[in-house]
Amino acid sequence: MTLNRRVSIWAGLRYKGKLGMANWILHRITGLGIVLFVGMHIIVGFFGQSFGSDAAFAINAIYESWGFQLFVYFSVLFHAFNGSRLALMDIFPGLIRFQRELIWLQWLIFIPVYGLPSFIMLQNTLTGV
Amino acid sequence: MQSSPSVRPRGPFEYGMWWFTRLSGLALILFGAVSLGAAFVLGGRTQLDMPAVFRWIFFPNPNHVINSDIPDIEQGWSNTFWQIYSMVMIFLAAGHGFNGLRMVIEDYITRPLLVRILRVTLLVLWLGGMVVAVFVILAS
Repeated sequence: MTLNRRVSIWAGLRYKGKLGMANWILHRITGLGIVLFVGMHIIVGFFGQSFGSDAAFAINAIYESWGFQLFVYFSVLFHAFNGSRLALMDIFPGLIRFQRELIWLQWLIFIPVYGLPSFIMLQNTLTGV
Repeated sequence: MQSSPSVRPRGPFEYGMWWFTRLSGLALILFGAVSLGAAFVLGGRTQLDMPAVFRWIFFPNPNHVINSDIPDIEQGWSNTFWQIYSMVMIFLAAGHGFNGLRMVIEDYITRPLLVRILRVTLLVLWLGGMVVAVFVILAS
């Protein structure tokens, strides 16, 4: 567009973007993931509920697999945490000075809140509940 | 300084959607927290397994907890309050999500006609999706 420099995402992350750019990319990916998942689930659920469609039940069964649930939980939790940080910084622009620290805080809280239920889910899956 | 032909002045719609995205996002988190608290109060601590709790937090639809140890789903889980709650949540979530889609599309597509077609498509999908979701909520 302007300077027409083609740089890879990795170069961008390494040079200046680092965690902030990674958060932006993840926010986009998780947001799109959520929209696709929720949209599909609503439509497929509608067909299953109204017409008893077997295909609908089969598609919805994908969401019950533990791998998919771990992915959805990551997407929703990350999008929520990152989004809250963004909304907070938008409503209180003075916080922009502390963006780096806020991102650290966000990940610091995210890791246990994601890790503990995921660990429990994985444990239940592997030992059978 | 960067000069890009696709930068245009933002009007009241953009400003309104900017606020709506932030406030609806925070509101959705609050809705989830209230769902969690209500689930515990209704007995979900001993009647629901963890995935069911998460499903209820994400969207309080009785179908999400029907396979749990709840003795009577009519008692507290399947009633008008949760139906209205769910409908408000769907409105916030659909608006939030489709606005996000609009932002992502506008970031990558610059041709004005294509952008307008996609925006109208998004609007139709948004309205249609909400109608289907409300029907599913009421028919659960």
